[in-house]
Amino acid sequence: MTLIRCTDVTMRYGGVTALSNVTFEIDRGDNICIVGPNGAGKSTLLKGLLGLRPLDSGKVEYIGTKRSEIGYLPQQTSVGVGFPASVREVVLSGRLGRAGFRPFYNRADRAAARDALKRLGAEKLADRPFGELSGGQRQRVLLARALAAADSLICLDEPVAGLDPEVTAGLYELIDRLNREGMAILMVSHDLDAALQRARKILHIDGGVRFFGAAEEYAKTQEAARLRGDVRREEEAG
Amino acid sequence: MSIGEAFGTLGEMFSYGWMQRALIVGTLVSLCAALLGVMLVLRRVSMIGDGLSHVGFGAMAAALAIGAAPLPFAVPLVIAAAFLLIRLSRSERVGGDAAVAVAASSSLAIGLIIVSLGPGMNADVSSYMYGSVLAMNSQDVVLSLTLSAAVLGLYLFSYNRLFAITFDEGFATATGVRSGLYGTLVAVLTAVTVVVGMRMMGALLISSLVVFPPLAAMRVCRSFRGVTVWSGVIAVSCFLVGISASCLCGTPVGASVVAADLVALLLCTSVGRAVRDSKR
Repeated sequence: MTLIRCTDVTMRYGGVTALSNVTFEIDRGDNICIVGPNGAGKSTLLKGLLGLRPLDSGKVEYIGTKRSEIGYLPQQTSVGVGFPASVREVVLSGRLGRAGFRPFYNRADRAAARDALKRLGAEKLADRPFGELSGGQRQRVLLARALAAADSLICLDEPVAGLDPEVTAGLYELIDRLNREGMAILMVSHDLDAALQRARKILHIDGGVRFFGAAEEYAKTQEAARLRGDVRREEEAG
Repeated sequence: MSIGEAFGTLGEMFSYGWMQRALIVGTLVSLCAALLGVMLVLRRVSMIGDGLSHVGFGAMAAALAIGAAPLPFAVPLVIAAAFLLIRLSRSERVGGDAAVAVAASSSLAIGLIIVSLGPGMNADVSSYMYGSVLAMNSQDVVLSLTLSAAVLGLYLFSYNRLFAITFDEGFATATGVRSGLYGTLVAVLTAVTVVVGMRMMGALLISSLVVFPPLAAMRVCRSFRGVTVWSGVIAVSCFLVGISASCLCGTPVGASVVAADLVALLLCTSVGRAVRDSKR
């Protein structure tokens, strides 16, 4: 069953066309990685899907889900560093989409937040100040917030950027477990090898769709080889 | 002066009508500024408060020059400025802080030019700059009561949304919270707070009511709820301490309140540091 259908989406960014004619679908239980070089429009596409940036043409249809029932883990920024908020306050805010016009959280919201923390093995962090957590703990809590919001789909924008290998592996493991439990995953990733290992489908973006299909198929394509070369060059240059 | 005498003097002062109006307006304005300030400081747009106070000064001076009533003239102008500043501070092309600086100094400049051209209104203008405890009339009382009802209502019924857009606007918007609407609402309420409080606290000092209490609260609290509540408590206590000190020592009310806020900030900083050190 289709959750979101994206048809002929074109988006501009600062006057330049960042994406043109992007068409793809997210199905129930999917595990899709969006890959592509720097500046290819990966994050822009994700923001377009979530209604955070306007589309210039094309459409995004929510079929098996609602906007308020999608979990989102934004690209890691300085947001939250030093911010006075307890972990519980942060995870609870994932429930806002459900609350509608209800001004306060109810018992179900509190239970969902507790449950999300528990599923990610972070229930001990509930009373800690968010701003004082380590990078890995912060991402885990933000994943819990996304999980508290999500019914069927979590969208993640470079969730492991800046984390050390051990923490990265742990976070990937958590994400994969959520996927095995039925949650569809749409992840923007810079790490092609991890994407090929973990994701079932690959969406290669570079100004438009270069490939969309099974990860095994993608591994054999020219695009994958070229992207791997690009990434390596970027790494060597950086 | 003994403590008994001091309380006697204060009791006498607080029995005057102008003093009671100053107390009501000051307490409410301090509370509103502190609550709105939590959002402005944490979203790193607190310079909007400063910008708005300069725009407010220009508007008040213009109102005096053309003989218009200050509040009805200044409130819509400053609200319009708030819309503009919020929009500019979000724009990706112009630096928001630079935009606020431009709006602030140009309104101040225009205000000062108007003042220098018109004869005989320098006394009023200097009271706008530095504040005067005598400035509050019954219109201010009504306006500050309405304003604080709006601010408290917003915080009571949208507290969770305000938290979400302050903490992570992208996420809040993705789950369907109308972030732009709330951001604008906060800016508009800040504009009204600044205009109402300005003539008592002074255009140069009013923005400190937005900045000091949240900063002080953030030194000792680690949750958003704690910071919000303590910011309000600190703001109201500092106002009451400041205005009492101003009565007893004959110092300007705005400056005395800001001095009390500064003491509170320093106290909270050392308490916060001591607590963190003791945990290590």
